[in-house]
Amino acid sequence: MEVIVRNLRIAFPSPQGPVEAVRGVSFTLGEEKLGIVGESGSGKTLTGRALLRLLPRQAKLEADRLEFDGIDLLEADERTLRRIRGKRAGLIFQDPKFSLNPVMTAGAQIAEAWRAHRGGTGRAAHGAAIDLLAQVQIRDPKRVAGAYPHELSGGMGQRVMIAMMLAPDPELLIADEPTSALDATVQAEILRLIEALVSRRGMALILISHDLPLVSHFCDRVLVMYGGRVVEECNAASLARAKHPYTRGLLDCLPSLARPKRQLAVLKRDPSWLDP
Amino acid sequence: MMSTLAAWLLSDAPESRRQASLGRFFRGWLQLRRNHLAIAGLVAALALILVSLAAPLLATHDPAAQDLTQRYAAPSAEHWLGTDEVGRDLYSRLLYGGRITLGMVVAIMVMVAPLGLAVGTVAGYAGGFADRTLMRLTDIFLAFPRLILALAFVAALKPGITSAIIAIALTAWPPYARLARAETLTVRNSDFIAAVRLSGASAARIVLRHIAPLCVSSLIVRVTLDMSGIILTAAGLGFLGMGAQPPMPEWGTMIATTRGEILDAWWVPIAPGIAIFVASLAFNLLGDGLRDVLDPKQG
Amino acid sequence: MIEVSGLRVRFGSIEAVKGISFRVATGASFGLVGESGSGKSTVLRALAGLNREWEGEIGIAGVPQKPMRSKDFFRRVQMVFQDPYGSLHPRQTVDRILSEPLLVHGMGDIDARIRRALAEVALAPAVRFRFPHQLSGGQRQRVAIARALMAGPEVLLLDEPTSALDVSVQAEVLNLLAELERAHGLTYIMVSHNLAVVAHLASEIGVMQEGELVELLSADDLRAGRTRHPHTAALRALSLELEDPEVAKSA
Repeated sequence: MEVIVRNLRIAFPSPQGPVEAVRGVSFTLGEEKLGIVGESGSGKTLTGRALLRLLPRQAKLEADRLEFDGIDLLEADERTLRRIRGKRAGLIFQDPKFSLNPVMTAGAQIAEAWRAHRGGTGRAAHGAAIDLLAQVQIRDPKRVAGAYPHELSGGMGQRVMIAMMLAPDPELLIADEPTSALDATVQAEILRLIEALVSRRGMALILISHDLPLVSHFCDRVLVMYGGRVVEECNAASLARAKHPYTRGLLDCLPSLARPKRQLAVLKRDPSWLDP
Repeated sequence: MMSTLAAWLLSDAPESRRQASLGRFFRGWLQLRRNHLAIAGLVAALALILVSLAAPLLATHDPAAQDLTQRYAAPSAEHWLGTDEVGRDLYSRLLYGGRITLGMVVAIMVMVAPLGLAVGTVAGYAGGFADRTLMRLTDIFLAFPRLILALAFVAALKPGITSAIIAIALTAWPPYARLARAETLTVRNSDFIAAVRLSGASAARIVLRHIAPLCVSSLIVRVTLDMSGIILTAAGLGFLGMGAQPPMPEWGTMIATTRGEILDAWWVPIAPGIAIFVASLAFNLLGDGLRDVLDPKQG
Repeated sequence: MIEVSGLRVRFGSIEAVKGISFRVATGASFGLVGESGSGKSTVLRALAGLNREWEGEIGIAGVPQKPMRSKDFFRRVQMVFQDPYGSLHPRQTVDRILSEPLLVHGMGDIDARIRRALAEVALAPAVRFRFPHQLSGGQRQRVAIARALMAGPEVLLLDEPTSALDVSVQAEVLNLLAELERAHGLTYIMVSHNLAVVAHLASEIGVMQEGELVELLSADDLRAGRTRHPHTAALRALSLELEDPEVAKSA
């Protein structure tokens, strides 16, 4: 399973003419964990969604190549895309409060996801849902299966979301800021869980976040995006030796518990970073 | 010159509060302009209002002048829309009737919207006992069907425009109170209201200066959408003989008194009917367009 | 400057804050850390006068406070909220937002004060008559800080002021807060779940867990690892690990 992206461009119409939000992003993804880091407006979320062709209707998508396991996503029709979305590639959003259906129990939603892609009886689906909840390390899966999303904490809600996305046994998982709404402790737990599940199932992972240290901690490779472009691509381990001034700036402006700084370095945005 | 004005209004560095407010208003106008149906509604509504105001200038005859030799005359050069059952010029009556119908609607709105806003915002912000009392009061008035209350009212007083206005106003204000209360509840616990509380502002100031302005948009939308309903209610009352009394040229009354002639002199009841239809439709389209601009709930 | 003793806050049957006590000296900065549900924001809101159902004692500048605060209190104590997108009135220009505290307290010279406030938080004058939706998150938070400073407070309560901001903007806002503290001699109480951010700005730190204040220590002690309560140690270890794995191993 390989994802190939070459020269991805996404533009939105505006009264002043088309605005390019993603301006030529290219990368390849195999069975590995890739982190895409950027601040708001960098285009990282759009890039992730473009892989599943889940962009807003008015967005204009162009690319030289956009392939999922050899399937050309640019030319694919809705049926082909539907067979990829959910079944072969899943997407986790930031806030389970908004991505889970508030009027269905957690178990019902997971079972629905399971049945939609695998078929089977309701009972089998329900059993699978409980099993998946256990896999995402929920201690009381039966109780959680019968609970509604508003009765669950943020961390539990995200685990339910992960279970739902894993139900069809996909090959790729795209996580869009999956832990930004969570505490540090829960954040670490959820990311470790994702890491473990991805390794165990031989899945690929794209982790989109604004948190550079977090991403470097949990991913193999990191892409840094700024102004719709990739400005740096490196191995997570060598992030401290990053070359691009934007990446260095992001690393330097963080407060550190270990090393007190009198004043935090302020990121000086160089307009030349927006040019190729 | 127009483009420099537009540039000034759309500037992203306005230099005064007035420029900023006008700029926001202008942006809203640009957005409304893109909705052709809403503009059609706006133009029609404005035309109706202007024509009604200019009735004395545009009318060809005195609306009360009877001419029994020309009853139910067909449209002609002398009477553009023909005459009614006592020979009065239909066209002139239509124009003056617009004044009465639209005048009633405006009078009702001017009373009803501020009252609803006041009750709703106070109930929503105060909560507790005040909220419950005010809402029960609102529910009581909401429970009355408009026409029935109007009939009862009018039976107690004398039938006429004033009674009709009061009766309709009494039943029209509750939805506004509910709307304002709902908006207030949404906003009450927001951080920016907390920030205003933290500046030491009194509850009255908060409700008046900070919460009420937020409710105004949805109220405006509701007012325009309601106008068509009120026109119809006023016309309905007129039709039942409970509103404007003949010989007043109110559109609904005009239909009532001539409905028997629908098969023979069909233009006589149809003309005011079309007027009511056009007025209702115009305000409806305008209200819809305003809602998209002022109160967009969709992403 | 601030003395809290035996503060309890109850929401219905749940006790969110279970009797905590701490003091903050004038001009000092105090950080309150903990996870969500620890009660830290509740404490701040009770201190601010937003929450009236508390028991215990709260003293500001030696004056014991009652649930209903006086107008003078609101002049001396102000708050900056977490969400820059919700803390500014959507229908008011920056100018109007900033003039509100002045109008409420009857302070004159509004025009000059607003211009000074904008300059102090490094906002361009062009921003003055914009509406909040025309500003970026960082700009909105600066407006919120300017608003808090308008009436000349002595105490600033900060509820996760940078959590919703991009990292580069966070650095700017933290620097601004540090500078303002020095320039005006302000007393800060800052709530956050991010230890690095709190340790940067605060000299004394209180750690909360499930409504209780489990440890009070200085920022230096926290950095050096001189912690006493296991929860503090756990939070510190996690923060260090996420920051830089190599450093965590050596700490």
